[in-house]
Amino acid sequence: MPTTTVEAEGLGKRYKDTTALEDFDLSVESGNVLGLLGPNGAGKTTTVRILTTLLRFDTGRARVAGHDIATQGRQVRRRIGLTGQQTAVDEMLTARQNLVLFGKLFRLTKAQARERAEVLLDQFGLSEAADRQAKKFSGGMKRRLDLAASMILAPQVLFLDEPTTGLDPAGRREVWDAVSGLAADGTTVLLTTHYLDEADRLCDRIVVIDHGRRVVEDTPAGLKRRMGADRLELVAADPADLDALRGILEPLADGEIAADETAGSVSAPVAEPVAALTTAATAIRDKRIEVADLGLRRPTLDEAFLELIDKEDRK
Amino acid sequence: MTTAIPTLPDDTLGYRLKWTIHDYRAIVGQEFVHLYRQPANFAWQLGFPIVMVLLFVYVFGSAMDVTGQGAGVDYVAFAMPGMFAMTMAFGFMNTAWAVAEAKEKGFIDRVRSMPMASSAVVVGRNIADTLHAAVDLGVLAVIALIIGWRSDGTFLETLAAFGLLLWLRFALIWVGVWLGLLVKNVEQAGSLFAVAFPFGMISSVFTPPELMPDWLGTIAVWNPVSATATAVRELFGNPLPVGDAWPEQHAITAALIAPVLISAIFLPLAVRRFRNLGR
Ligand SMILES: Nc1ncnc2c1ncn2[C@@H]1O[C@H](COP(=O)(O)OP(=O)(O)OP(=O)(O)O)[C@@H](O)[C@H]1O
Ligand SMILES: [Mg+2]
Repeated sequence: MPTTTVEAEGLGKRYKDTTALEDFDLSVESGNVLGLLGPNGAGKTTTVRILTTLLRFDTGRARVAGHDIATQGRQVRRRIGLTGQQTAVDEMLTARQNLVLFGKLFRLTKAQARERAEVLLDQFGLSEAADRQAKKFSGGMKRRLDLAASMILAPQVLFLDEPTTGLDPAGRREVWDAVSGLAADGTTVLLTTHYLDEADRLCDRIVVIDHGRRVVEDTPAGLKRRMGADRLELVAADPADLDALRGILEPLADGEIAADETAGSVSAPVAEPVAALTTAATAIRDKRIEVADLGLRRPTLDEAFLELIDKEDRK
Repeated sequence: MTTAIPTLPDDTLGYRLKWTIHDYRAIVGQEFVHLYRQPANFAWQLGFPIVMVLLFVYVFGSAMDVTGQGAGVDYVAFAMPGMFAMTMAFGFMNTAWAVAEAKEKGFIDRVRSMPMASSAVVVGRNIADTLHAAVDLGVLAVIALIIGWRSDGTFLETLAAFGLLLWLRFALIWVGVWLGLLVKNVEQAGSLFAVAFPFGMISSVFTPPELMPDWLGTIAVWNPVSATATAVRELFGNPLPVGDAWPEQHAITAALIAPVLISAIFLPLAVRRFRNLGR
């Protein structure tokens, strides 16, 4: 039977005039990665701060790594790592000095702290910049340093609040690799994100949150199914080819085809996105049509939310 | 992952005590790196008292009769100890600023989410700021010697005077920590200058309270900054303001007690504020 590492029941938090979190339940199985997906102000940071003992809550109860967050804060803190929404490194220190400092504060000996710093610098691609002051780092480099600092002890549960916001694609990949690596080694991860592709890529389960309430919980695949199918979009380089492209799309479409004459594009929902994409690509090459773009489009997160929240309301 | 990742030792009481000290040392070490990384910042902080010295000693000082022997006489000897006291008094702003920055940047949150003694942020700050103040005083004293100030006290008296100055600074650190946690952001911490300025200036630092209007003079006499300024003047053997109010007659006692009172009020406030960060 799988055990749960994070278990929250009926969590609620009110600020003077806003309800940041209301009757919120959450459970994360050991070794799983759970994504908390929601728009600005949804209550993601509030949830993370409560579960990491930084913020008191009004109602409910929660256990993290087997300990009650309200009464056993110290025990919880010994078992978690946190990368907050803000980058919290000491900008005056170099990358290496930061990691050694946090290592010491995690009660490593000087030698251990140094050794661990080296490993993490390497893992996060910061070896070359190790002796530069963090204030001279780019946003992405700071973020990676920040993440490295929360992984010093390979925590039982790692909380990451928007870990890849502001990173370039290479930076995001490094973060993803690091998170996947930790998860493979058995660390339970709770991360928040605005990006569906990130949740899709990293998470075993996704909880969608809005206005402090849980909207839905599902696997990434299940969630995508709820959010409507992928659309295949073909954009002609020469608008005259639009009809030819429509001809290619027709047999693949799983619904109505939408055409945009000015943009020279046609798109339609497809049932089997990858197969449809390859079929279309082959057909385009065989017919020697020049295309400006060809790809799968997913509903944007905003559309997805509206759709999901609409569905909830209709229930 | 290939290398073994270290784990935390057991969480016994003895372990916690031992590591609390260790945490304090780590944070103080961090503050030292700050000091050494920011010589420019350090120079700026000293810039203000130095400008004030020049302004008061050379611009206003010539018009001030502090000894009753004529305008400008002995003004350097009168103003320098005041300068020292004022620098200590304004020091709480540096503390407040540093604390506000650590809070705003999320550093305090990170530390609070770690299994360390979170008091280390505050205690480490305190130790570092006291050391910082000692360096400030050293630099100011050298400048004072250059422009002609001398201590006529014995070596021990002179040392005691610097001790009293640091004692005031130490007490004000709690004020700084409290204010730093109270303000919303670093900008607000910067605007604390509006509080610091009258606190430092409505005192016997540059002008004997006797020369002020009665009501203002009374405030100045009872200002802890005046007590320290007068006490160190006494110990340095520099000219004293000639009033007969209790804090002026018992300046050394007042300079010993006032910081205790300040700590008694603001240390608990700072601790409470720190504990309530999770609200
Ligand atoms: N200290 C505070 N005082 C008052 N209201 C707050 C405070 N902190 C958060 N809130 C409110 O609580 C709600 C939830 O905020 P939270 O920071 O958890 O959102 P979030 O999902 O993390 O958003 P984002 O994606 O922008 O980071 C918001 O309406 C916010 O305005
Ligand atoms: Mg947030």
